[in-house]
Amino acid sequence: MLKIENLHAEIDGNEIVKGLSLEVGKGEIHAIMGPNGSGKSTLANVLMGHPRYEVTDGTVTFEGADVFELEPDERAKMGMFLAFQYPSEVPGVSVANFLRTAVNSVREKELSVMDMYKLLQEKMRIMQMDPKFAERYLNEGFSGGEKKRNEILQMLMLEPKLAIMDETDSGLDIDALQVVARGVNELRGPEFSAVIITHYQRILRYIEPDHVHVMLDGRLVTSGGKELALALEDKGYDWVRQEFGSAA
Amino acid sequence: MPEDRTIQELGLDEYKFGFHDPEEYFFKTPRKGIDPEIVAMISKHKNEPEWMLEFRLNALKSFWEKPTPQWGGNLNELNFDEIYYYIRPMENQGRSWDDVPEDIKNTFERLGIPQAERETLAGVGAQYESEVVYHSLKEEWEKSGVIFTDMDSGLREHEDLVREYFGTIIPPDDNKFAALNSAVWSGGSFVYVPPGVHIDIPLQAYFRINAENMGQFERTLIIADEGSYVHYIEGCTAPTYTTNSLHSAVVELIAKPNARIRYSTIQNWSHNTYNLVTKRAVAYEDATVEWVDGNLGSKLTMKYPAVYLMGEGARGEILSVAYAGDGQHQDAGGKVVHAAPNTSSLITSKSISRGTGRSTYRGLLKVHEGAEGSKSRVECDALLLDENARTDTYPYIEIEEKKVNTEHEATVSKVGEDQLFYLMSRGLSEEEAMAMVVNGFIEPIAKELPLEYAIELNRLIQLEMEGSVG
Repeated sequence: MLKIENLHAEIDGNEIVKGLSLEVGKGEIHAIMGPNGSGKSTLANVLMGHPRYEVTDGTVTFEGADVFELEPDERAKMGMFLAFQYPSEVPGVSVANFLRTAVNSVREKELSVMDMYKLLQEKMRIMQMDPKFAERYLNEGFSGGEKKRNEILQMLMLEPKLAIMDETDSGLDIDALQVVARGVNELRGPEFSAVIITHYQRILRYIEPDHVHVMLDGRLVTSGGKELALALEDKGYDWVRQEFGSAA
Repeated sequence: MPEDRTIQELGLDEYKFGFHDPEEYFFKTPRKGIDPEIVAMISKHKNEPEWMLEFRLNALKSFWEKPTPQWGGNLNELNFDEIYYYIRPMENQGRSWDDVPEDIKNTFERLGIPQAERETLAGVGAQYESEVVYHSLKEEWEKSGVIFTDMDSGLREHEDLVREYFGTIIPPDDNKFAALNSAVWSGGSFVYVPPGVHIDIPLQAYFRINAENMGQFERTLIIADEGSYVHYIEGCTAPTYTTNSLHSAVVELIAKPNARIRYSTIQNWSHNTYNLVTKRAVAYEDATVEWVDGNLGSKLTMKYPAVYLMGEGARGEILSVAYAGDGQHQDAGGKVVHAAPNTSSLITSKSISRGTGRSTYRGLLKVHEGAEGSKSRVECDALLLDENARTDTYPYIEIEEKKVNTEHEATVSKVGEDQLFYLMSRGLSEEEAMAMVVNGFIEPIAKELPLEYAIELNRLIQLEMEGSVG
């Protein structure tokens, strides 16, 4: 599904991702854990095609297609999705209006206004969102928790094949975290893959990963099952630095 | 059949065969340029009373005396000798939609709103090549004494009323372009709403410039008598030409005590048109005047709708949105004069600049001594779509009274890389993402417009932006 090989990426001339490889199969949930500054968010943005990052080496394919040949919207149309850590505000554009445009952009056949409305109501219920929320301007004046819920709402509406979640759990209280996790679990199945990027393992209590990777200084230094996440919680990132820091 | 009779009376059938050739005008001034002879010819052709001819000739003198303004956009390439000042189309006035020739209907069709006009809207005055060709008025309005007609008919049929108010709000010597309009004006709308009458459905006029080198000098006068209400809407789309053309309108509004006038415009001129319009309103005691003004297209627009608050408790509001694309300059804003106590005003201006486009906010807020307790707020927001685009703000504020409350706020924002990336990651192309940001930016103004106009405004901006990304 997603294949990353020896990826190198930089911003403003500083190399952030330094030879990262990862393969995500269909239906798999991968967690990438790492301390601040390890390059996690850069990885997420590079995968979706943020213009500020420059890929200097390596390849990324999604369902066999070279993603670096594709614009972000083309990647979205193929089924890739990024849940943003810091989603942008778009004043004057309501959530409902935005979602209608977005959903119809990624779908082959346009949804009718009624079907769109029903779909939105249904997904908002899952996310425990007030229907009035749809009339608010996109991310404008949203609390941190509302922004994250809104990201997951978009994911539910767009039904991607691969979701990359960039620290969606950060700044959430336990209730919001559970709602966000419910959203992800809603999509979980043989046709849905996810890469969950996080600093903490607590979200992984609600979304059980198939694979856990630890990222340090621009590459994945160790991988394992969900037990790796628990070990990290016990021992902390200092342990990772001691174990694997010399390799960096 | 009554319908046939109407057509014969109007002489519509006479033009049937020549209609498809847009260059076969019914009447056109024999040469380009302007002089007393041309002005007299226009007046004579319209069978105008002597006083109007004098008004025109005096205005021509003012036009010659006044210098071309140098404080705004660049007007130096505008050649007054290269313009036809009056063209009357072959079609004549129509009373109902059925009377309107097919070709004209197609023009409306291309404007995209004929159904809305026919079904939702009762009264329609539409200007086609300097002349109103189609006009209808809902019966109940006629019964309640509302006058909604083209300015030429207004002068013929309601001469006393026109004479009383015409040119009183914007005298011919106000500025060079008001003078020019006063000398050669043709078409526009005349509206009178009697005391206490509320017109719930907006009055609308569509017009379109269709001939090369043709100036359009429409003249609109709206009088809302005590306690009345009217919403007048004007929108137009002009096709693209290769030589410069000039549009110079004058719009005068009079809101008597407790009356309310809302005047909405969306203009989309071809990219070589000079759009130099003088719009001014007076609001008497407890009256309200609102200008909603959308400016797209044109080479240069200079337009500053004004409200003079003359009576205690009067209120003025100006909402303006401008889009300046490559090579365009939108010099727009608003003017409010507080001349009575406890008056209030709000100016909201939004501009979008792209490519080498330039948008200027130019506004005047004046509070006269004695206008105590007055409140005013000016807010101008500029959105830049790329690095080369430019915006400037010239807010002139003159306050002679101490007991007033005025606020001014200006913001400039750029469409950010992050914002575009965010929207694109959801499947929107760069162009769609840009359009979405822009539509959101103008939303506060679009929501003040009736739905079909808001949609048109969004659509027009989208059209303007097409191919603008890359």
